[in-house]
Amino acid sequence: MLIQRGASFRSSEITPKSVYLSRRKFLAGTTVAGAMLLAGRPSWETALASPQAGHGRKLSGLVKSPFSTDEKINSFNDVTHYNNFYEFGTDKEQPATLAKNFKTYPWTVAVEGDVGKPGVYDIDKILKLAPLEERIYRHRCVEAWSIVVPWIGFPLNVLIHLVEPASKAKFVAFQTLYDPKQMPHGRYAGIPFPYVEGLRMDEAMHPLALLCVGMYGEVLPNQNGAPLRLVVPWKYGFKSIKSIVKIRFQEKQPPTTWNLSAPNEYGFYSNVNPKVDHPRWTQASERRLGEIFKRKTLPFNGYADQVAQLYTGMDLKKNY
Amino acid sequence: MNRILSLKWIKALLFLLCLSPLAWLVWQGFHQGLGANPIEKITHTTGDSTLTFLLITLSITPLRKLLDQPAWIRFRRMLGLFAFFYGFLHFLTYLVLDQFFDFPGIVKDVAKRPFITAGFTGFVLLIPLAITSTAGWIRRLGGKRWQMLHRLIYLTAIAGVVHYYWLVKSDVTKPVRYGAVLAFLLVCRIAIHLQGKFTRVSPSRYPQSLSTTEIS
Repeated sequence: MLIQRGASFRSSEITPKSVYLSRRKFLAGTTVAGAMLLAGRPSWETALASPQAGHGRKLSGLVKSPFSTDEKINSFNDVTHYNNFYEFGTDKEQPATLAKNFKTYPWTVAVEGDVGKPGVYDIDKILKLAPLEERIYRHRCVEAWSIVVPWIGFPLNVLIHLVEPASKAKFVAFQTLYDPKQMPHGRYAGIPFPYVEGLRMDEAMHPLALLCVGMYGEVLPNQNGAPLRLVVPWKYGFKSIKSIVKIRFQEKQPPTTWNLSAPNEYGFYSNVNPKVDHPRWTQASERRLGEIFKRKTLPFNGYADQVAQLYTGMDLKKNY
Repeated sequence: MNRILSLKWIKALLFLLCLSPLAWLVWQGFHQGLGANPIEKITHTTGDSTLTFLLITLSITPLRKLLDQPAWIRFRRMLGLFAFFYGFLHFLTYLVLDQFFDFPGIVKDVAKRPFITAGFTGFVLLIPLAITSTAGWIRRLGGKRWQMLHRLIYLTAIAGVVHYYWLVKSDVTKPVRYGAVLAFLLVCRIAIHLQGKFTRVSPSRYPQSLSTTEIS
């Protein structure tokens, strides 16, 4: 199964980033040199445009996913300049600037708790656990705006299978890096850090739950949760935790940051639900960025057919 | 200082300056500068401007009394009307751009969401002040009653700060900043009031009742 794929190579076989980066630089350099020769004059525009400003390393060989929506994708610029990443400031435009120098390599993820294979996993290894898929998902924020994003990643359950959780592990807890030196604005956020989130095991195992490493054909921009984040499209955006450094398997339901901060406003489940208002605003409708008129919010953000059965018998008004 | 403040063109200059938040919005609007969520940006900018102008208006009395520069008073009406102007734009943004005349939704919002209740109350309280801002209305009401009515601005300012404080998710830095300035201005008023109680002030320097010339 997929577990074999994870074990089918040694970490020594992975090309170190410095090597492939220099190879890219070399290739880019030859292209630029070639272009210059062809044009017969030095073209600073060509030289500066590779890689394009604000863009990261391209990811190739992406597999299309049947889970993708055919709705209109939001612009890269909108998705990278309208972010809730409170470690880098609470204004939507702040993370784009303040996360510019965020160090996302080298990066490791600690896997802990009730698992057969705990340990510290390198991001390079994680990137190669499974073929990378492009998944175009709707993303609905609890603040009643939404976007459509072409994420890149693979199902979270690939990693879960690999680390062999014990049967008593009923929940998965996630933690974002908190480095006050790199995130000085975090102290004004008004929520406790490090940011923590969690899923019930069956939610985490659901094929829609994506372990995300990129978007728009390239690695994740820093402000969007580089180098590794979660995307859980049927839940409000804050469940899709960014810049993950720890994954813990446990029996007890883990605490989650927004729930700790305001328990009457944000529950553990936080499934998109037009029938359950946030105390301070309605959740019945949302504004898709780029559109003037609001649209109706769909139960489970339009993924009810796939995920509603996870919650049969549960009172979703109580378990908001 | 009083001489400079009395210059005619100073007021015209101030008028243009007061229009700058709106000018900024319009300019950004034509240059794709309003970001990924323009409606939210317009809402935030007009809301911030409303609070700012409320606080500036409230700082006129402390300025003229504590600094002993009565000339400041000639700007107060204009500044107050700009607070109303931006408040009206803020409300209009909500009514038209955000809700698109969804009146049942708006009624529900005002009744159910405390932060909207507070903001809406603050705005409604400003309407009579804007209407009675003319010299004619001051005459009709009489200085004392007019002044009583216009103390509603305190309630509007408090409602405005509360509206902002209840609206933010977790980072209360900005609403607290507005709140601190408002608290300072209100304390100034108490200080002025106490000062007036304990020291005999000559009526020529600190007029007790407002005349039409002062507010024009």
